[in-house]
Amino acid sequence: MAKKESSFINMVLTLFVVTAVAALALGAVYNATKEPIAIAKRLKIEKAIGEVLPEFDKIEEFKTLPEGGKDSLTFYNAFKNGEPVGTAVRTYTDNGFSGRFWIMVGFTDGDVISGTSVLEHKETPGLGDKMKTIWADQFKGKNLTTYKLKVKKDGGDVDAITAATISSRAFCDATQRAYNEIKKEEGQ
Amino acid sequence: MNQLQNFTKGFIKDNPVFVLLLGMCPTLAVTSTAINGLGMGLATTFVLVMSNIVVSLIKNLIPDKVRIPSFIVIIASFVTIVELTMQAYVPDLFDSLGIFIPLIVVNCIVLGRAEAFASKNNVVSSMIDGLGMGLGFAFALTLLGTVRELFGSGSIFGMKFIPGDAILVFVLSPGAFITLGYLIALLNRLKKA
Repeated sequence: MAKKESSFINMVLTLFVVTAVAALALGAVYNATKEPIAIAKRLKIEKAIGEVLPEFDKIEEFKTLPEGGKDSLTFYNAFKNGEPVGTAVRTYTDNGFSGRFWIMVGFTDGDVISGTSVLEHKETPGLGDKMKTIWADQFKGKNLTTYKLKVKKDGGDVDAITAATISSRAFCDATQRAYNEIKKEEGQ
Repeated sequence: MNQLQNFTKGFIKDNPVFVLLLGMCPTLAVTSTAINGLGMGLATTFVLVMSNIVVSLIKNLIPDKVRIPSFIVIIASFVTIVELTMQAYVPDLFDSLGIFIPLIVVNCIVLGRAEAFASKNNVVSSMIDGLGMGLGFAFALTLLGTVRELFGSGSIFGMKFIPGDAILVFVLSPGAFITLGYLIALLNRLKKA
C-alpha cells in the first residue's frame, strides 16, 4: 500500500482519527481502573491509621482547612465499641527539602502522640527519607502540652536526623499543624 | 538481519542505556534501588512494544507530515494506560517511581524506535525490536539499580545483608553518574575482549 499523501484533508482526518481512538481507549482504561485505584488509596490510608492508633473498629472522617494552609487536613476519629480511642490526622508540610510531604499522626487523649507514619514524600533517599525509620519513634507517647515540637537546634526536644535538619523541621511542622487543628476542633 | 539478532541487539550491541545513551533522565533518577529500576524498565518495555506494534500497523495510513504528532499521541496513550494500571495494582511501586512514569512519553528510546524502526518495518520485526530494546533497557536499569542499592543501602531487591548505613553517595544523584560511567567502561572492555 502506498503511503498517504500529506494533503490538508488527509492530515486533519488522520490526526482526528488517531486522537479519537486514543481518547476512547483511555476512557475505557480509566473506567476499568477507577475502582481499584480508589480501593488502593483507601487501603493505604487505613494501613497508616492502623499504624498510628491503637485498635479500633469504626472510623469517622472529616476535613478542615487550617489557618494559613494551602490544603485541608483530614481527621479520622477512631472508636472501639462506641468509645473514642483517638484521632488520626492526615497532615502535611510545605517546608520539606523537596516541597510538600504528607504524614499521618495519631493522637490519643487529645495531647499524646500515639504514632506517626509517612504517607507521601519526595525527600532525599538515604537522608531525609530516614524519617520513615525508627527515627520517628521518638514522637511516640510524647505529651504535646509539655513536649516542645522543634528540633534541638531550634531549642526544642526533637533529635534531628543527621544531615537532614530541614526534613526533620518539616516533620515537626506537619505534626504541629495537626496538633493545632485538633486543639481548634476541641475548642469549638 | 534475522529475528534473533533483532531481539538480542538491545542487550549488548545497541543497548539503549550503555551504548546509545538514550533515556538518561529516568535512568539516572529512578535507579536508586533494583526494584525501581526493574519496574521502570518493564513499564518502558510495555510502552515500547505496544507503540512499535501500533506504529508499524498504521505506518502507511499516516501522512508523513503529521507522523511525529500521531506517534506521540499513540505513545502517550500507552503511557497513561501503564500509569493508571500501576496506580491500581502496584500502588507502592507507583509511589516510588512517581513523576517518571508519565515522563516515559518523552523518553527518546520510545519515539526513537517508533521513528527509526517501526515506521519502516513489519509488525513482527517491530514487536521483536520493541521487546529487545525494552528488555535491554530494563536489564540496564536493573543492573544499575542493583549496584547502587548494594553499595548505597547494603541490600539487593530490598533484602538487607549489610547492617547500618553504606556508602550514601551511591543512592544520591552523583552515585548514578559514577555507577553508570563505570558500568559503561566495564561493558566496553568486555566487548573488546
